[in-house]
Amino acid sequence: MSVEAAEQRGGPGAFSDGATPLVEVEHLKVFFPIRQGMVLEREVARVHAVNDVTLRIAEGETVGLVGESGCGKTTMSRAIMRLIDATDGTIRFRGQDVTDFGRKRMEPLRREMQMVFQDPFASLNPRKRVGQIIGMPLRLHGSGRTEVEPQVRDLLDKVGLHKEHVNRFPHEFSGGQRQRIGVARALALEPRLIVLDEPVSALDVSVQAQIINLLDDLQDDFKLTYLFVAHDLSVVRHVSDRIAVMYLGKLMELSPAEELYTKPIHPYTSALLSAIPIPDPEENRRRERLVVGGEPPNPINPPDGCVFHPRCPRATEICREVEPPLARYPNGHLAACHHPMSASAEEIKWATKDPSSPLSSGEELPVAAESGGGAKA
Amino acid sequence: MSSRPGGAGTAGPLLTVDDLHVSFATEDGVVQAVDGVSFELAAGEVLAVVGESGSGKSVMAMTLMGLTRSPNARFEGKAFYKGAELVEASEDELRAVRAAEIAIIFQDPMTSLNPVQRIGKQIIEQIQEHEALPDQQALERAVELLERVGIPRARERVDSYPFEFSGGMRQRVMIALAMSCDPSILIADEPTTALDVTIQAQILERIRELREQTGAAVILVTHDLGVVADIADRIAVMYAGRIVEQGTLDQIFYDPQHPYTWGLLGSIMRVDKPRPQRLPAIAGLPPSLADRPEGCHFRPRCPHEFAECRKVPPLTSRVEGQPDHFDRCWLPVDQKRDKREVLPGVIGLDSKEAAPA
Repeated sequence: MSVEAAEQRGGPGAFSDGATPLVEVEHLKVFFPIRQGMVLEREVARVHAVNDVTLRIAEGETVGLVGESGCGKTTMSRAIMRLIDATDGTIRFRGQDVTDFGRKRMEPLRREMQMVFQDPFASLNPRKRVGQIIGMPLRLHGSGRTEVEPQVRDLLDKVGLHKEHVNRFPHEFSGGQRQRIGVARALALEPRLIVLDEPVSALDVSVQAQIINLLDDLQDDFKLTYLFVAHDLSVVRHVSDRIAVMYLGKLMELSPAEELYTKPIHPYTSALLSAIPIPDPEENRRRERLVVGGEPPNPINPPDGCVFHPRCPRATEICREVEPPLARYPNGHLAACHHPMSASAEEIKWATKDPSSPLSSGEELPVAAESGGGAKA
Repeated sequence: MSSRPGGAGTAGPLLTVDDLHVSFATEDGVVQAVDGVSFELAAGEVLAVVGESGSGKSVMAMTLMGLTRSPNARFEGKAFYKGAELVEASEDELRAVRAAEIAIIFQDPMTSLNPVQRIGKQIIEQIQEHEALPDQQALERAVELLERVGIPRARERVDSYPFEFSGGMRQRVMIALAMSCDPSILIADEPTTALDVTIQAQILERIRELREQTGAAVILVTHDLGVVADIADRIAVMYAGRIVEQGTLDQIFYDPQHPYTWGLLGSIMRVDKPRPQRLPAIAGLPPSLADRPEGCHFRPRCPHEFAECRKVPPLTSRVEGQPDHFDRCWLPVDQKRDKREVLPGVIGLDSKEAAPA
């Protein structure tokens, strides 16, 4: 066990203590080429799946990564796992640049980063018994059959399944139980980072709560770091320390978890929040909702300027022309918007351009509405 | 047991379902998917049927359209639509009802349209099945329908194939298709589950508008209580094939009587309230429909079980002053009101004292 090591790790949240973050993603770009032609297969266009995103994840922290389908959140998480090659930018794991690591060099690091997938029906081999599924990562990393068995039983116990379940097949379990098996498999190698890709979206509400509680417990027990990818802002909230909102391959907002809900700065975040129906009829009737029209544009040809401007109710001339930089507000709250919401005039004046802003973004920082003074950096 | 809870419709109900049973013979035994479901639907109302996967909500809805008929299926009970019986109706009789009177929107917009036929053609085909309209007029109707559900440049888009549309746009096409013959009842089976939230909001808005314009009643099958709170007039909560509670929107949300309903309401993750330390979850799993516990089906997961629960509780009105609120729980009403507000982490609603720091 890595108890001593775990104790040395920092708490969740900020990087002010100067500790090396577990994961550092800098100006990451992942483009998928679209080829045409029989022989030459000329590249005719590119899907801009992840387009210059910078994100750091501290040890022990949970970062929620949210956005609608096609925003690049899954591509981003797979690039961090080195399952997809980065087109540009760097990915560091524990300070080590792994961007160009091949299969062989990644192998020892694979122990430390594991994944839980969305679909518990497709991510478990239907022909293998539960014991084999959970034991496989251990076997692959060199444990013998006799060592593996007690560990598997122990893991089953930790995720809330019975030890007698080792000889069953996945089809004998419900969706929630299967997801527990997926979690047990991810835990087997005692990883430091677990990427959870929509781990509860295929589950019923009452079971979602069980799995979220389980993930919460395991994080405390094993001092895990989570990257929690989901489309559902209400789920992400319950697990995250910080939340990153993506849209069309860009980072729109990065905020301490609670602040995102009480004080969304980017209009896109606000639109996402108000699109979620509240399970309280009176509250629902009372609140004003900002329903954005349209659909996300094609990531082959992202709009100029701010990628959200065609759907944004606050968009003006500058949004069509200049890509907004990530402005840093108090509490480490970042947002890429020329016309920020819920930030006070003082906070807007205080804001500075964050170094993690996309390289293509402009220098223009938002200007407080009434203050008049055009403070340009 | 055949008390027939329903809406306070003055003109009589549009649809009456009476003690409907649906079972399927499978290798693992008889799966009792729907077990004695009764309800009424009044014209123009939105009834939400809420439940988790395997609660029988979709089978119930599909049975009304005759879509669950198969050699291994058995049906009992009756469903009357404007006097016509649907459960035992012949295929020909059903054909006249489908789309023209009762239309359905399926969950998955990716697989429920014909991929090799232009969408205009699919709509026209359905219109002409029920009305002898010349092609040109049917086309005009199709364009108008697509405009009504919010598809831009509808006149050009009628010639598109489904793959040229996004998920949200396809679901709009499904709605246009469902509305093409002016049905009196629209069954929407998880219509927004496969969609992103911003698109979901747009689709719900559209269903609401269409209902106001056409006066169609809606049966909304869903697991999402947020969607329900947004759009429903009445709610039926299903668990393991039975309706365990039924009432108006406000009754179910503010005075829920069945412990399963408390659990459902309590386990929703919300964006508008401070987050709890721990999410209240319902322990255990829903039973297999092939092997359900005797008596109250929720008994094995219910923390308030007592001797009486071994008998099947009837769906009746138990709350004074709420004759249109029905539930299947043996607990006395005053005890329920006391027990449902419990500490977080246990089944139930948020307790008042549990306001977190």
